[in-house]
Amino acid sequence: MIAPLRAVALIAGKDLRIELRSRVVFNHVLPFAVLVLILFGFALDADSDALSSFAPGLFWVAVLLAALLAIGRSFALERADGALDSFRLANISPVAVFAGKALAVFVQLLVLEVVLGIGIVVFYGASLEKPGLLVVAGVLAAAGIASAGTLYGVVASQLAVRETILPLLLLPVLAPVLIGATRAFGDAFGTVAVNGWSWLGLLGAFALVYTTFGALVFGPLLEEG
Amino acid sequence: MAENTNSPTSIPDNTSSPTTRILGWVTLAGLALLVIFAFFVSPEDSRQTADGTIIGQFDAVRLLYIHVPSAVFAYVSFSITGLGSIIYLWRRTRWWDHVAHASAEIGVIFCGITLLTGIIWGRPVWNTWWEWGDVRLVTTLLLFLIFVGYLAFRAVPNEPHRQARNASILAIVGALNIPVVNRSVEWWENRTLHQRSTLADLKIEDETLLTLMIGFAVFALLFLWLLVHRFRVAWLSKEAAEAGLEQALAERRAEASSSSGAEVSGSSRAEASSSVEARS
Repeated sequence: MIAPLRAVALIAGKDLRIELRSRVVFNHVLPFAVLVLILFGFALDADSDALSSFAPGLFWVAVLLAALLAIGRSFALERADGALDSFRLANISPVAVFAGKALAVFVQLLVLEVVLGIGIVVFYGASLEKPGLLVVAGVLAAAGIASAGTLYGVVASQLAVRETILPLLLLPVLAPVLIGATRAFGDAFGTVAVNGWSWLGLLGAFALVYTTFGALVFGPLLEEG
Repeated sequence: MAENTNSPTSIPDNTSSPTTRILGWVTLAGLALLVIFAFFVSPEDSRQTADGTIIGQFDAVRLLYIHVPSAVFAYVSFSITGLGSIIYLWRRTRWWDHVAHASAEIGVIFCGITLLTGIIWGRPVWNTWWEWGDVRLVTTLLLFLIFVGYLAFRAVPNEPHRQARNASILAIVGALNIPVVNRSVEWWENRTLHQRSTLADLKIEDETLLTLMIGFAVFALLFLWLLVHRFRVAWLSKEAAEAGLEQALAERRAEASSSSGAEVSGSSRAEASSSVEARS
Protein backbone atom coordinates (compact mmCIF):
# COMPACT_ATOMS: atom_id res chain seq x y z
CA MET A 1 0.00 0.00 0.00
CA ILE A 2 1.26 3.43 -0.99
CA ALA A 3 1.55 5.96 1.83
CA PRO A 4 -1.52 8.24 1.69
CA LEU A 5 0.36 11.51 1.20
CA ARG A 6 2.47 10.00 -1.54
CA ALA A 7 -0.71 8.70 -3.21
CA VAL A 8 -2.20 12.20 -3.10
CA ALA A 9 0.93 13.65 -4.71
CA LEU A 10 1.00 10.89 -7.34
CA ILE A 11 -2.65 11.37 -8.32
CA ALA A 12 -2.46 15.16 -8.40
CA GLY A 13 0.86 14.92 -10.29
CA LYS A 14 -0.65 12.50 -12.79
CA ASP A 15 -3.62 14.81 -13.48
CA LEU A 16 -1.39 17.86 -13.84
CA ARG A 17 1.05 15.97 -16.09
CA ILE A 18 -1.83 14.89 -18.34
CA GLU A 19 -2.92 18.53 -18.44
CA LEU A 20 0.59 19.74 -19.31
CA ARG A 21 0.74 17.25 -22.19
CA SER A 22 -2.85 17.46 -23.47
CA ARG A 23 -3.38 21.17 -22.64
CA VAL A 24 -7.16 20.71 -22.61
CA VAL A 25 -7.82 23.12 -19.73
CA PHE A 26 -5.19 25.54 -21.04
CA ASN A 27 -6.37 25.43 -24.65
CA HIS A 28 -10.13 25.11 -24.14
CA VAL A 29 -11.24 26.12 -20.64
CA LEU A 30 -8.97 29.12 -20.13
CA PRO A 31 -9.92 30.86 -23.41
CA PHE A 32 -13.55 30.03 -22.63
CA ALA A 33 -13.28 31.81 -19.27
CA VAL A 34 -11.77 34.89 -20.94
CA LEU A 35 -14.55 34.72 -23.51
CA VAL A 36 -17.10 34.85 -20.68
CA LEU A 37 -15.48 38.11 -19.50
CA ILE A 38 -15.82 39.50 -23.04
CA LEU A 39 -19.48 38.41 -23.19
CA PHE A 40 -20.18 40.30 -19.95
CA GLY A 41 -18.62 43.32 -21.62
CA PHE A 42 -21.09 43.05 -24.49
CA ALA A 43 -24.01 42.27 -22.16
CA LEU A 44 -23.33 45.35 -20.01
CA ASP A 45 -22.98 47.50 -23.12
CA ALA A 46 -19.29 48.16 -22.46
CA ASP A 47 -20.31 50.60 -19.71
CA SER A 48 -16.94 51.02 -18.02
CA ASP A 49 -18.42 52.23 -14.71
CA ALA A 50 -20.75 49.24 -14.46
CA LEU A 51 -18.02 46.82 -15.53
CA SER A 52 -15.49 48.04 -12.98
CA SER A 53 -18.02 48.10 -10.14
CA PHE A 54 -19.34 44.61 -10.96
CA ALA A 55 -15.90 43.21 -11.81
CA PRO A 56 -15.61 41.02 -8.67
CA GLY A 57 -18.95 39.27 -9.25
CA LEU A 58 -18.37 38.82 -12.98
CA PHE A 59 -14.92 37.40 -12.21
CA TRP A 60 -16.38 34.75 -9.90
CA VAL A 61 -19.19 33.81 -12.29
CA ALA A 62 -16.53 33.27 -14.97
CA VAL A 63 -14.51 31.16 -12.51
CA LEU A 64 -17.55 29.02 -11.63
CA LEU A 65 -18.45 28.38 -15.27
CA ALA A 66 -14.87 27.46 -16.13
CA ALA A 67 -14.64 25.31 -12.98
CA LEU A 68 -17.57 23.20 -14.20
CA LEU A 69 -15.58 22.36 -17.33
CA ALA A 70 -12.37 21.72 -15.39
CA ILE A 71 -14.18 19.35 -13.01
CA GLY A 72 -15.83 17.53 -15.90
CA ARG A 73 -12.40 17.17 -17.52
CA SER A 74 -10.91 15.87 -14.26
CA PHE A 75 -13.32 12.91 -14.29
CA ALA A 76 -13.24 12.43 -18.06
CA LEU A 77 -9.59 11.44 -17.46
CA GLU A 78 -10.70 8.55 -15.25
CA ARG A 79 -13.45 7.24 -17.48
CA ALA A 80 -11.29 5.26 -19.88
CA ASP A 81 -10.44 1.69 -18.87
CA GLY A 82 -12.31 1.97 -15.55
CA ALA A 83 -9.47 3.99 -14.06
CA LEU A 84 -11.41 4.78 -10.87
CA ASP A 85 -11.76 1.04 -10.20
CA SER A 86 -8.04 0.66 -10.79
CA PHE A 87 -7.38 3.00 -7.85
CA ARG A 88 -9.32 0.61 -5.66
CA LEU A 89 -7.50 -2.40 -7.12
CA ALA A 90 -4.20 -0.65 -6.41
CA ASN A 91 -5.30 -0.38 -2.78
CA ILE A 92 -5.12 3.41 -2.77
CA SER A 93 -7.33 4.91 -0.09
CA PRO A 94 -10.40 6.77 -1.43
CA VAL A 95 -9.46 9.73 0.76
CA ALA A 96 -6.18 9.99 -1.16
CA VAL A 97 -8.01 9.75 -4.50
CA PHE A 98 -10.36 12.54 -3.43
CA ALA A 99 -7.53 14.74 -2.13
CA GLY A 100 -5.37 14.11 -5.22
CA LYS A 101 -8.14 14.90 -7.70
CA ALA A 102 -9.23 17.98 -5.71
CA LEU A 103 -5.62 19.21 -5.44
CA ALA A 104 -5.12 19.04 -9.21
CA VAL A 105 -8.38 20.94 -9.81
CA PHE A 106 -7.35 23.47 -7.14
CA VAL A 107 -4.02 24.17 -8.90
CA GLN A 108 -5.77 24.62 -12.26
CA LEU A 109 -8.33 26.98 -10.68
CA LEU A 110 -5.53 29.12 -9.24
CA VAL A 111 -4.02 29.50 -12.73
CA LEU A 112 -7.47 30.36 -14.08
CA GLU A 113 -7.96 32.97 -11.36
CA VAL A 114 -4.62 34.64 -12.16
CA VAL A 115 -5.48 34.92 -15.86
CA LEU A 116 -9.03 36.14 -15.16
CA GLY A 117 -7.70 38.57 -12.55
CA ILE A 118 -5.49 40.15 -15.21
CA GLY A 119 -8.54 40.04 -17.47
CA ILE A 120 -10.75 42.14 -15.18
CA VAL A 121 -7.96 44.69 -14.68
CA VAL A 122 -7.42 45.00 -18.43
CA PHE A 123 -11.00 44.74 -19.74
CA TYR A 124 -13.02 46.17 -16.85
CA GLY A 125 -10.53 48.67 -15.48
CA ALA A 126 -10.65 47.20 -11.96
CA SER A 127 -7.97 48.62 -9.69
CA LEU A 128 -6.50 46.46 -6.95
CA GLU A 129 -6.33 47.98 -3.48
CA LYS A 130 -5.74 45.06 -1.12
CA PRO A 131 -3.58 42.37 -2.75
CA GLY A 132 -3.27 40.31 0.46
CA LEU A 133 -7.03 39.95 0.82
CA LEU A 134 -7.29 39.10 -2.88
CA VAL A 135 -4.78 36.26 -2.62
CA VAL A 136 -6.23 34.71 0.56
CA ALA A 137 -9.82 34.94 -0.73
CA GLY A 138 -8.79 33.51 -4.12
CA VAL A 139 -7.02 30.55 -2.50
CA LEU A 140 -9.81 29.75 -0.01
CA ALA A 141 -12.55 30.02 -2.65
CA ALA A 142 -10.58 27.82 -5.06
CA ALA A 143 -10.18 25.22 -2.29
CA GLY A 144 -13.93 25.23 -1.64
CA ILE A 145 -14.83 24.98 -5.33
CA ALA A 146 -12.26 22.22 -5.91
CA SER A 147 -13.43 20.03 -3.01
CA ALA A 148 -17.17 20.50 -3.55
CA GLY A 149 -16.60 20.11 -7.30
CA THR A 150 -14.68 16.85 -6.85
CA LEU A 151 -17.41 15.47 -4.61
CA TYR A 152 -20.21 16.31 -7.07
CA GLY A 153 -17.98 15.55 -10.05
CA VAL A 154 -17.61 11.89 -9.10
CA VAL A 155 -21.38 11.54 -8.51
CA ALA A 156 -22.13 13.05 -11.95
CA SER A 157 -19.34 11.15 -13.72
CA GLN A 158 -21.12 7.83 -13.15
CA LEU A 159 -24.11 8.97 -15.21
CA ALA A 160 -24.57 9.17 -18.97
CA VAL A 161 -25.98 12.70 -18.51
CA ARG A 162 -22.93 13.94 -16.58
CA GLU A 163 -22.41 17.17 -18.54
CA THR A 164 -25.94 18.46 -18.08
CA ILE A 165 -26.50 17.39 -14.47
CA LEU A 166 -23.23 18.63 -12.93
CA PRO A 167 -24.11 22.38 -13.15
CA LEU A 168 -27.54 21.76 -11.62
CA LEU A 169 -26.11 19.78 -8.72
CA LEU A 170 -23.05 21.93 -8.07
CA LEU A 171 -23.97 25.58 -8.66
CA PRO A 172 -26.68 25.96 -5.97
CA VAL A 173 -24.29 24.42 -3.46
CA LEU A 174 -21.54 26.87 -4.46
CA ALA A 175 -23.78 29.91 -3.89
CA PRO A 176 -22.13 30.74 -0.52
CA VAL A 177 -18.69 30.72 -2.21
CA LEU A 178 -19.92 33.08 -4.92
CA ILE A 179 -21.41 35.44 -2.31
CA GLY A 180 -18.40 35.36 0.02
CA ALA A 181 -15.71 35.56 -2.65
CA THR A 182 -17.51 38.38 -4.47
CA ARG A 183 -17.75 40.35 -1.22
CA ALA A 184 -14.09 39.78 -0.38
CA PHE A 185 -12.98 40.75 -3.90
CA GLY A 186 -15.31 43.75 -3.78
CA ASP A 187 -13.34 45.01 -0.79
CA ALA A 188 -9.99 44.08 -2.38
CA PHE A 189 -10.89 46.06 -5.51
CA GLY A 190 -12.53 48.83 -3.51
CA THR A 191 -15.91 48.52 -5.24
CA VAL A 192 -18.01 47.95 -2.10
CA ALA A 193 -17.60 49.37 1.36
CA VAL A 194 -17.49 46.13 3.34
CA ASN A 195 -14.86 44.46 5.45
CA GLY A 196 -13.72 41.76 3.04
CA TRP A 197 -11.63 39.98 5.66
CA SER A 198 -14.76 39.02 7.60
CA TRP A 199 -15.88 36.91 4.60
CA LEU A 200 -12.77 34.74 4.71
CA GLY A 201 -14.24 32.80 7.63
CA LEU A 202 -17.18 31.69 5.49
CA LEU A 203 -14.91 30.74 2.58
CA GLY A 204 -12.57 28.86 4.91
CA ALA A 205 -15.44 27.06 6.66
CA PHE A 206 -16.95 26.06 3.31
CA ALA A 207 -13.63 24.65 2.09
CA LEU A 208 -13.13 22.80 5.38
CA VAL A 209 -16.66 21.32 5.44
CA TYR A 210 -16.53 20.10 1.85
CA THR A 211 -12.99 18.74 2.13
CA THR A 212 -13.98 16.79 5.25
CA PHE A 213 -17.27 15.63 3.80
CA GLY A 214 -15.71 14.71 0.45
CA ALA A 215 -13.01 12.67 2.18
CA LEU A 216 -15.65 10.88 4.27
CA VAL A 217 -18.03 9.90 1.47
CA PHE A 218 -15.62 9.38 -1.42
CA GLY A 219 -15.05 5.73 -0.48
CA PRO A 220 -18.74 4.77 -0.70
CA LEU A 221 -19.12 6.85 -3.87
CA LEU A 222 -16.39 4.86 -5.64
CA GLU A 223 -17.91 1.49 -4.75
CA GLU A 224 -20.13 -0.46 -7.08
CA GLY A 225 -23.77 -0.72 -5.98
CA MET B 1 -42.64 -22.10 -13.74
CA ALA B 2 -46.07 -21.27 -15.14
CA GLU B 3 -47.20 -19.43 -11.96
CA ASN B 4 -43.96 -17.43 -11.95
CA THR B 5 -44.82 -15.89 -15.31
CA ASN B 6 -48.06 -14.63 -13.78
CA SER B 7 -46.32 -12.84 -10.90
CA PRO B 8 -46.85 -9.26 -12.20
CA THR B 9 -50.62 -9.74 -11.78
CA SER B 10 -50.09 -10.21 -8.02
CA ILE B 11 -48.93 -6.56 -7.87
CA PRO B 12 -51.94 -4.32 -7.16
CA ASP B 13 -52.89 -1.97 -9.98
CA ASN B 14 -53.54 1.07 -7.75
CA THR B 15 -52.10 2.62 -4.62
CA SER B 16 -55.21 3.15 -2.53
CA SER B 17 -56.39 1.28 0.52
CA PRO B 18 -59.52 1.82 2.66
CA THR B 19 -57.53 3.96 5.12
CA THR B 20 -55.96 6.21 2.47
CA ARG B 21 -59.32 6.54 0.73
CA ILE B 22 -60.82 7.93 3.95
CA LEU B 23 -57.73 10.11 4.42
CA GLY B 24 -58.15 11.38 0.87
CA TRP B 25 -61.79 12.33 1.38
CA VAL B 26 -61.03 14.03 4.69
CA THR B 27 -58.21 15.99 3.00
CA LEU B 28 -60.50 17.03 0.17
CA ALA B 29 -63.18 18.17 2.62
CA GLY B 30 -60.49 20.01 4.59
CA LEU B 31 -59.32 21.82 1.44
CA ALA B 32 -62.91 22.90 0.76
CA LEU B 33 -63.21 24.13 4.34
CA LEU B 34 -59.92 26.01 3.99
CA VAL B 35 -61.17 27.74 0.83
CA ILE B 36 -64.39 28.80 2.63
CA PHE B 37 -62.49 30.11 5.65
CA ALA B 38 -59.77 31.78 3.60
CA PHE B 39 -62.12 33.62 1.24
CA PHE B 40 -65.34 34.17 3.21
CA VAL B 41 -64.98 33.71 6.97
CA SER B 42 -61.64 35.40 7.67
CA PRO B 43 -61.50 39.20 7.33
CA GLU B 44 -59.15 41.16 5.12
CA ASP B 45 -56.11 42.61 6.82
CA SER B 46 -56.45 46.33 7.52
CA ARG B 47 -56.03 48.65 10.45
CA GLN B 48 -56.23 52.34 11.04
CA THR B 49 -53.20 54.34 12.05
CA ALA B 50 -53.29 57.30 14.44
CA ASP B 51 -53.68 59.82 11.62
CA GLY B 52 -56.63 57.96 10.13
CA THR B 53 -55.03 56.25 7.12
CA ILE B 54 -55.94 52.64 6.61
CA ILE B 55 -53.00 50.29 6.12
CA GLY B 56 -52.60 46.52 5.87
CA GLN B 57 -52.26 43.62 3.47
CA PHE B 58 -55.99 43.69 2.56
CA ASP B 59 -57.03 40.67 0.47
CA ALA B 60 -53.42 39.59 -0.09
CA VAL B 61 -53.41 38.19 3.44
CA ARG B 62 -55.54 35.30 2.15
CA LEU B 63 -52.53 33.95 0.25
CA LEU B 64 -50.78 33.31 3.55
CA TYR B 65 -53.21 30.50 4.41
CA ILE B 66 -51.51 28.52 1.66
CA HIS B 67 -48.08 30.16 1.73
CA VAL B 68 -47.23 29.56 5.40
CA PRO B 69 -48.44 25.93 5.71
CA SER B 70 -46.80 24.92 2.41
CA ALA B 71 -43.53 26.55 3.52
CA VAL B 72 -43.62 24.70 6.84
CA PHE B 73 -44.39 21.36 5.20
CA ALA B 74 -41.76 21.91 2.49
CA TYR B 75 -39.18 22.14 5.27
CA VAL B 76 -40.77 19.13 7.01
CA SER B 77 -40.53 17.15 3.74
CA PHE B 78 -36.86 17.97 3.22
CA SER B 79 -36.12 17.10 6.85
CA ILE B 80 -37.76 13.71 6.35
CA THR B 81 -35.70 13.27 3.17
CA GLY B 82 -32.52 14.05 5.12
CA LEU B 83 -33.52 11.71 7.94
CA GLY B 84 -34.56 8.91 5.55
CA SER B 85 -31.24 9.27 3.71
CA ILE B 86 -29.24 8.96 6.93
CA ILE B 87 -31.22 5.88 7.98
CA TYR B 88 -30.82 4.40 4.48
CA LEU B 89 -27.03 4.78 4.61
CA TRP B 90 -27.01 3.25 8.06
CA ARG B 91 -29.43 0.34 7.62
CA ARG B 92 -29.44 -0.04 3.80
CA THR B 93 -33.15 -0.76 3.63
CA ARG B 94 -34.93 0.29 0.44
CA TRP B 95 -37.97 1.28 2.52
CA TRP B 96 -36.21 4.39 3.86
CA ASP B 97 -34.85 5.26 0.44
CA HIS B 98 -38.38 5.30 -0.96
CA VAL B 99 -39.52 7.48 1.96
CA ALA B 100 -36.67 9.93 1.26
CA HIS B 101 -37.47 10.05 -2.46
CA ALA B 102 -41.23 10.42 -1.99
CA SER B 103 -40.79 13.13 0.63
CA ALA B 104 -38.36 15.12 -1.57
CA GLU B 105 -40.82 15.11 -4.45
CA ILE B 106 -43.60 16.49 -2.24
CA GLY B 107 -41.15 18.95 -0.70
CA VAL B 108 -40.24 20.36 -4.12
CA ILE B 109 -43.92 20.84 -4.98
CA PHE B 110 -44.69 22.51 -1.64
CA CYS B 111 -41.55 24.62 -1.94
CA GLY B 112 -42.63 25.67 -5.44
CA ILE B 113 -46.08 26.63 -4.11
CA THR B 114 -44.39 28.61 -1.32
CA LEU B 115 -42.20 30.55 -3.75
CA LEU B 116 -45.03 31.18 -6.20
CA THR B 117 -47.53 32.38 -3.58
CA GLY B 118 -44.78 34.44 -1.93
CA ILE B 119 -43.94 36.16 -5.23
CA ILE B 120 -47.61 36.94 -5.91
CA TRP B 121 -48.11 38.16 -2.34
CA GLY B 122 -44.95 40.31 -2.46
CA ARG B 123 -46.19 42.39 -5.38
CA PRO B 124 -49.06 44.17 -3.54
CA VAL B 125 -47.59 44.05 -0.03
CA TRP B 126 -43.86 44.69 -0.53
CA ASN B 127 -44.40 46.38 -3.90
CA THR B 128 -41.93 43.99 -5.55
CA TRP B 129 -42.12 40.48 -7.01
CA TRP B 130 -38.73 39.54 -5.68
CA GLU B 131 -36.52 40.95 -2.97
CA TRP B 132 -32.84 39.95 -3.04
CA GLY B 133 -32.21 41.32 0.41
CA ASP B 134 -34.60 38.86 2.01
CA VAL B 135 -32.75 35.95 3.56
CA ARG B 136 -35.60 33.46 3.75
CA LEU B 137 -36.62 34.10 0.14
CA VAL B 138 -33.16 33.51 -1.32
CA THR B 139 -32.44 30.54 0.97
CA THR B 140 -35.74 28.88 0.05
CA LEU B 141 -35.05 29.35 -3.66
CA LEU B 142 -31.63 27.72 -3.32
CA LEU B 143 -33.13 24.90 -1.24
CA PHE B 144 -35.70 24.41 -4.01
CA LEU B 145 -32.97 24.23 -6.67
CA ILE B 146 -30.82 21.83 -4.63
CA PHE B 147 -33.74 19.40 -4.35
CA VAL B 148 -34.71 19.90 -8.01
CA GLY B 149 -31.15 18.67 -8.68
CA TYR B 150 -31.70 15.75 -6.29
CA LEU B 151 -34.87 14.73 -8.15
CA ALA B 152 -33.14 15.15 -11.51
CA PHE B 153 -30.40 12.83 -10.25
CA ARG B 154 -32.99 10.28 -9.14
CA ALA B 155 -34.73 10.44 -12.51
CA VAL B 156 -31.61 9.23 -14.35
CA PRO B 157 -31.62 5.43 -14.73
CA ASN B 158 -28.90 3.88 -12.60
CA GLU B 159 -28.15 0.68 -10.74
CA PRO B 160 -30.76 0.82 -7.89
CA HIS B 161 -28.46 0.48 -4.89
CA ARG B 162 -25.85 2.85 -6.27
CA GLN B 163 -28.56 5.37 -7.09
CA ALA B 164 -30.08 5.10 -3.63
CA ARG B 165 -26.71 5.49 -1.93
CA ASN B 166 -25.53 8.44 -4.04
CA ALA B 167 -28.92 10.15 -3.79
CA SER B 168 -28.78 9.78 0.01
CA ILE B 169 -25.36 11.43 0.06
CA LEU B 170 -26.63 14.25 -2.18
CA ALA B 171 -29.64 14.81 0.08
CA ILE B 172 -27.52 14.95 3.23
CA VAL B 173 -24.94 17.31 1.70
CA GLY B 174 -27.77 19.46 0.31
CA ALA B 175 -29.49 19.63 3.69
CA LEU B 176 -26.23 20.42 5.50
CA ASN B 177 -25.61 23.23 3.04
CA ILE B 178 -28.82 25.06 3.98
CA PRO B 179 -27.53 26.67 7.22
CA VAL B 180 -24.40 27.79 5.31
CA VAL B 181 -26.54 29.32 2.54
CA ASN B 182 -28.78 30.97 5.14
CA ARG B 183 -25.83 32.49 7.02
CA SER B 184 -24.11 33.71 3.88
CA VAL B 185 -27.24 35.37 2.49
CA GLU B 186 -27.88 36.92 5.90
CA TRP B 187 -24.39 38.44 6.05
CA TRP B 188 -24.65 39.37 2.39
CA GLU B 189 -27.43 41.92 2.77
CA ASN B 190 -27.95 41.93 6.51
CA ARG B 191 -31.51 43.06 6.19
CA THR B 192 -34.79 41.26 5.90
CA LEU B 193 -38.24 42.27 4.81
CA HIS B 194 -39.85 39.06 5.89
CA GLN B 195 -42.70 39.15 8.32
CA ARG B 196 -41.50 38.06 11.70
CA SER B 197 -43.62 35.23 12.98
CA THR B 198 -46.69 36.82 14.51
CA LEU B 199 -48.07 33.52 15.79
CA ALA B 200 -46.20 33.49 19.08
CA ASP B 201 -47.53 36.78 20.46
CA LEU B 202 -51.00 36.18 18.97
CA LYS B 203 -51.09 39.57 17.29
CA ILE B 204 -53.17 38.22 14.44
CA GLU B 205 -56.90 38.16 14.91
CA ASP B 206 -59.11 35.24 15.84
CA GLU B 207 -60.55 34.21 12.46
CA THR B 208 -57.19 34.76 10.79
CA LEU B 209 -55.46 32.56 13.33
CA LEU B 210 -58.19 29.92 13.09
CA THR B 211 -57.94 29.87 9.28
CA LEU B 212 -54.16 29.54 9.47
CA MET B 213 -54.56 26.63 11.90
CA ILE B 214 -57.01 24.96 9.50
CA GLY B 215 -54.39 25.52 6.78
CA PHE B 216 -51.74 23.74 8.85
CA ALA B 217 -54.05 20.80 9.61
CA VAL B 218 -55.15 20.43 5.97
CA PHE B 219 -51.58 20.60 4.69
CA ALA B 220 -50.54 18.00 7.24
CA LEU B 221 -53.26 15.65 5.92
CA LEU B 222 -52.39 16.47 2.31
CA PHE B 223 -48.70 15.81 2.98
CA LEU B 224 -49.48 12.48 4.64
CA TRP B 225 -51.81 11.41 1.85
CA LEU B 226 -49.33 12.33 -0.89
CA LEU B 227 -46.46 10.68 0.98
CA VAL B 228 -48.28 7.38 1.39
CA HIS B 229 -49.30 7.25 -2.26
CA ARG B 230 -45.95 8.36 -3.63
CA PHE B 231 -44.23 5.81 -1.41
CA ARG B 232 -46.51 3.05 -2.70
CA VAL B 233 -45.82 4.03 -6.31
CA ALA B 234 -42.07 3.82 -5.63
CA TRP B 235 -42.48 0.48 -3.91
CA LEU B 236 -44.63 -0.95 -6.72
CA SER B 237 -42.22 0.19 -9.41
CA LYS B 238 -39.42 -1.56 -7.53
CA GLU B 239 -41.56 -4.72 -7.24
CA ALA B 240 -42.45 -4.52 -10.92
CA ALA B 241 -38.80 -4.17 -11.91
CA GLU B 242 -37.85 -7.19 -9.80
CA ALA B 243 -40.82 -9.25 -11.03
CA GLY B 244 -39.90 -8.41 -14.62
CA LEU B 245 -36.40 -9.75 -14.07
CA GLU B 246 -37.68 -12.93 -12.42
CA GLN B 247 -40.11 -13.47 -15.24
CA ALA B 248 -37.41 -13.09 -17.87
CA LEU B 249 -35.22 -15.55 -15.96
CA ALA B 250 -38.09 -18.03 -15.72
CA GLU B 251 -38.73 -17.79 -19.44
CA ARG B 252 -35.06 -18.38 -20.19
CA ARG B 253 -35.05 -21.46 -17.96
CA ALA B 254 -38.23 -22.79 -19.55
CA GLU B 255 -36.67 -22.29 -22.93
CA ALA B 256 -33.49 -24.11 -21.89
CA SER B 257 -35.39 -27.10 -20.47
CA SER B 258 -37.68 -27.40 -23.49
CA SER B 259 -34.80 -27.15 -25.98
CA SER B 260 -32.92 -29.92 -24.13
CA GLY B 261 -35.96 -32.24 -24.53
CA ALA B 262 -36.99 -31.52 -28.08
CA GLU B 263 -35.81 -29.35 -30.94
CA VAL B 264 -37.22 -25.84 -30.55
CA SER B 265 -38.31 -24.26 -33.77
CA GLY B 266 -36.58 -21.01 -34.71
CA SER B 267 -39.85 -19.08 -34.76
CA SER B 268 -40.88 -19.90 -31.16
CA ARG B 269 -37.42 -18.98 -29.91
CA ALA B 270 -37.69 -15.63 -31.67
CA GLU B 271 -41.13 -15.13 -30.15
CA ALA B 272 -39.85 -15.81 -26.64
CA SER B 273 -36.96 -13.38 -26.96
CA SER B 274 -39.14 -10.67 -28.48
CA SER B 275 -41.64 -10.99 -25.63
CA VAL B 276 -38.82 -10.50 -23.12
CA GLU B 277 -37.61 -7.46 -25.02
CA ALA B 278 -41.07 -5.98 -25.13
CA ARG B 279 -41.36 -6.32 -21.36
CA SER B 280 -37.96 -4.86 -20.60
